[in-house]
Order: sequence, then structure tokens, then C-alpha cells
Amino acid sequence: MHRNIADELLPVGALVAALLVFGLFVWVGGTSPVETWTLLFKGAFGDWFSWQNTLTRAAPLMLTALCVALPARAGLVIIGGEGALVLGGLAAAGVPYLIPLPGNIIGTIVLCVAGVVAGGAWIALAGALRQYRGVNETISSLLLAYVAIAIFKHLVEGPMRDPATLNKPSTRTLADSLLIGGIGGADVHWGFVIGVLACIGLGLWLALTARGFSVRVVGGNPRTAQLVGLPASALILLACALGGGCAGLAGAIEVAAVQTNANASLIAGYGYAGILVAFIARHNPIAVIPVAILFGGFGAAGSLLQRRLGLPDASVQVLQGIAFVFILASEALRGLDWQSALERFRHTPKSVDVPLTPSKTAA
Amino acid sequence: MNETLLPFLAAILGGALRVGVPFLFVSLGECITEKSGRINLGLEGALVLSAMAGFGGSYLSGSPWIGVLAAASAGAALALLHGLLCTLPRVNDVATGIALMLLGTGLAFYLGKPLIQPQATQLPPLPLGSWSDSPVLQAALQINPLLPVGVAFAVLLYLGFARTRWGLLVRLAGDSASATKALGYSVGGIRIAATAAGGAIAGLGGASLTLFYPGSWNEGISSGQGLIAVALVIFARWSPLRCVGAALLFGGAGAIGPALQSIGISKGYYLFGAVPYVLTLVILVISCRPGKVAQGSPGELSSTR
Repeated sequence: MHRNIADELLPVGALVAALLVFGLFVWVGGTSPVETWTLLFKGAFGDWFSWQNTLTRAAPLMLTALCVALPARAGLVIIGGEGALVLGGLAAAGVPYLIPLPGNIIGTIVLCVAGVVAGGAWIALAGALRQYRGVNETISSLLLAYVAIAIFKHLVEGPMRDPATLNKPSTRTLADSLLIGGIGGADVHWGFVIGVLACIGLGLWLALTARGFSVRVVGGNPRTAQLVGLPASALILLACALGGGCAGLAGAIEVAAVQTNANASLIAGYGYAGILVAFIARHNPIAVIPVAILFGGFGAAGSLLQRRLGLPDASVQVLQGIAFVFILASEALRGLDWQSALERFRHTPKSVDVPLTPSKTAA
Repeated sequence: MNETLLPFLAAILGGALRVGVPFLFVSLGECITEKSGRINLGLEGALVLSAMAGFGGSYLSGSPWIGVLAAASAGAALALLHGLLCTLPRVNDVATGIALMLLGTGLAFYLGKPLIQPQATQLPPLPLGSWSDSPVLQAALQINPLLPVGVAFAVLLYLGFARTRWGLLVRLAGDSASATKALGYSVGGIRIAATAAGGAIAGLGGASLTLFYPGSWNEGISSGQGLIAVALVIFARWSPLRCVGAALLFGGAGAIGPALQSIGISKGYYLFGAVPYVLTLVILVISCRPGKVAQGSPGELSSTR
């Protein structure tokens, strides 16, 4: 069947509309919208420096978006990626407290695996609560995120605190040999590559493997899944664990590549921005990559807007919120027959006084 | 009485009465919304936005009551947007709620940036403890003037759902969209109205946050009360009266950490701060059954299916 091109362009149109409304919003506040748009672009993709900042921010966004996208393909709305991220970071920073690590790539891999396990277990818990106890996973995952942040703060400011950190409570700093470095000396770290590989790998897994297909069946039509005897609970838990593992990996990478220890800067809202990225990408792991880069760019431009135009640091959050609303609203236009809609639009003014008969309105 | 027990219990009681008020309003707001068959996770955003609007209104006008009005309007406006968006075809109410949560908090932080420093006129407390000669008890019973309003709302809503034509229509839209249509009423219209009314009530919760307790505006003003409210409504089995008890219980749970701190125990402060969330999870685990609709739940509600 012929697929409508207009449908593919809907998210782009929604983003453009969101940028226009955001411009209007800052204009009401007395800031030039043109300057805002220019700075948004410059701060995100203007030069190599901005690109590096953008890609560094895109790395955790891709992984937290996967934490929403994978469970979504299995039919679950998980919004607690922030919790998996902070626990992943905490686990990565905590490994050296428990076992001595080899100071090479193996040690770094162990850190990342610890992050994946912690995050995966946390989101799988939300999935298990829903499958075995009937608890709504959207609410439980978010509550679990608050619990995770409380555990994080308790441990970082208590038992795991490095006494040398006075102003900003942090865990002990990781050894230099365990850190994830930049790609070829650039500021962009290897976490970006890991994020892209995770998106591609999981995208292919969903699209090509039998297990991935089963997950999509469970999410797309639970009744069919039941009829053909798919193990729905196991598949849902698998999708949750994989998604949570990605968010946990994002935390581990942030610790090993950016922060060098676990501290409160880890709770930066990547988990929530990831929800938006996943929804815009329509829960398609491959599409997550460009969307995460775009929103990483907006995040990178945020500080430029703050410095040059004096806009509050929350302006990026406002833009994200507006974009999210437009993306969801654009779903209403999906599958619309644009030609006949335009036709109707052109003819409506002429027939204003004539009530349309049902046969005329049926498209 | 014991030297430390009385202050501790008084702090819990006072905390339940202070911290419980936002829970009460948001859960009542969520209750109306869900009764009409929609879930509004965006009430978290409405709570933060209205907290900012209430503080700003009081700061600019000098009257906390104008602040309360501003808060209710802000909450209603955001919820109205939710109601309208959800009426569009193929637009899911859970996703829209998440979007409005982000938008509401973003707008609140953006517009509230200049409000972090100043002090706004606060709501005058009602001294319910004047009969007692214990200063700790008196302090604990300095209650929020919006608390009686909230309790009155709960009773009115209970009577409204049970006795009035409007209440019946809301319940009808929540239980069966097709029956509502068959009787010639607009399902969308009823749901939009109920969602907006719910947002206005949740807005009063936001006003209690910034105009009574903790009584200032900052970006950490709400820590998920709007979402806990969704779970509270399930716990209260969609009854406005039970929302009062549930809200006070959660307020008390949230007050354990500060109460322990007030008697000199500050160990595990953050862990005690997580008690309301854990309690919510435990309650959900106990009250939900797999594959079964929760007791008292409106038939059209997507979250409980």
C-alpha cells in the first residue's frame, strides 16, 4: 500500500511549529525571536565546538530514549529513566569500593556492566510490578525514580561520600585509567559511539530477530500474542530490562566520561528529556539517533541563550514542552487525506449557508 | 508525656496537616478528571505552574487570596489544554499528561525565575491549637486556611457525584462513552470541563505550597506530589471523601524525615524522604490485581485496564 509522504513529514512540521510558537513566546517576553532562533542554531550546530557539546549531550539522551522506546514497543509507557540513570551512575562509581579493578579497558567495561545491571534491574522491577501485580507501570516507574534519587543522595552524601569533597558531596573519583576518553582527542567521548551502536543494535534486534518481532507483537496486539502462545511476561520484562540497562549505561558513561565521580550533577533531567526524544522518534531506536542529536543541540544552545539574551535556563525546557505538545497533537493529522482536506477547505466558504449533507462530508 | 515523643508526634501531626494539603487538592483534582474517564498526569505540571502563579500573584498584588485565584486559573488553563488535546483523534491521554508535565514545569521555571529571591505575602494560618497550653501542639495546629476549603470541596464533590445531574453526567462519561453519546451529551465536552475543573482544584494545592508551606518559590517546590496523587486516587478508590484520609496519611509519611530532624535525628534524612513514594508503591501493590480492574474505577479509564 502507498504510504503517505505527508505522514513522514508530520514530526518535522510539528517541530517547526514548536519553534515558531517558542519564538512567539520569547517575543512576548521582549526578546527577538529571530535572534533566538539564530542562537539556537549556532549554539547547537554553529561550529565544531558547538557540535562537540551537542554530541556529548546527545549520548545520554539516546540511551535514556531507548529506556522509553523499547518498553513502548512491548506496550508499556515507562517514564522513570531518570531513576535508572542515577542508579547506573551510582553503581559504576561504587564498583571500585567493592573490588579492585584492572586499570584498563576491562575495568571500564566492568563499570559499564554494573551500570547496565543496576538500571536494567530497576526498570525490570516496574515491568514485573505491572505483569505480576497489575500496577500501572507509568506511575510505578516514576515513583521508583524518586526512590532511586533518594537512595543516590543518601549514599553519595553518607556512606559513599569522599570526605575530601566539602562543597559538593561526591563519591571517590575514579582512577584516570578507568575513565572514558574523547574520540581522537576531541571533547566528544566514546559514549556517543556507544549510544549510536546501542540504538542501531537494538533497532536491528527489534526489526530482524525473532525475539524482537515477538516483543513487537506483544506490544502491538496482546491478544494475538496470547493466541500464538508468546511468553508475554518474559518478553515485557526483557524489553524493560534492556531499556533500563541502556539508561543505566547512560549513567555509567556520564560518571566515567564527564563527572569522574557520582554527584548531584548526574540528576540533570536526561531521563525526562529522553521521554520526549523517544516519542518524537515514534519509539523507533534508529530514529532516536537524529532526534537525540537535535535535542542535545537545543540543550547545548541553552547556555548560549542564557548568556547572550539573558533568557532563563529553563527556556530549553519550555521549548521541549512545546515541541512535545505539538508532536502529540500532530498525531491527529496522521493518515489525513490532505488533497480532499484542502479541497474541502477551499470550498467551505462558498457553502457556508448551505448545511453540508453527510454524503458530502464523508471523505 | 515523654520529653521527645510529644514534639515528635506533634511534628508528624503538624506535618500531616501541612504537607497533606497539596496532596488533598491534587488528588481531588485527579479524582474529578478520572471520574470523567481521563487520566491527567499533567497535574504535576499544573501543580508547579500554579505554585509559581500563586506566589507571583501574591507578590505582585500583595494579597495572598489573589495569589490563590491566580494559582487556580493557571492550573485550570494547563488542564484545559490537556482536555482539548485529548479530544483530538489518536491523542493518548497518558502521553499528553507527560508532555504537559514537562511544559508546565518548564513554563513555571521560566516565568518564575525572578520570583526565587523575593518574599510574597503568605496565607494567614488558622490557630486551631489555641485551646492547648503546649507550645509544640499550638505550633503543629497552625493550619493552612485552605485545608477546610479542601475538606469542604471533598464533601461537596462526594455529594455532587452522588446527588446532582452534573455529577451523574461526569460519572456517565467516565463509565460509558457510548451511553453518554446515546443520551445526546457530548463526551468530549464533559471531559474537557471535568479536566479543567480538576486543574483548578489542583491549582489550590500549588497555592498551598508557595503561600503556606514551605512558603517560598523555588525549582524544587514539588517533588512529584502531582504524580503521587494519581496513585492516591487509586488508593482512595475514586472517592473524594477517602481522598482526605489518604492525603493526610501521605502528609504524615512525608513529615517523618523533618520530624526526626526536629528531634535531632538527621541520619537517613533522604531515605525518610522517600517514604511517601515507597508507601505509594506498597499501596499500589496491595490494591491492584493483575488482569482485574481496580475496585471503583471508572470503566473508560485507560490506566487501569
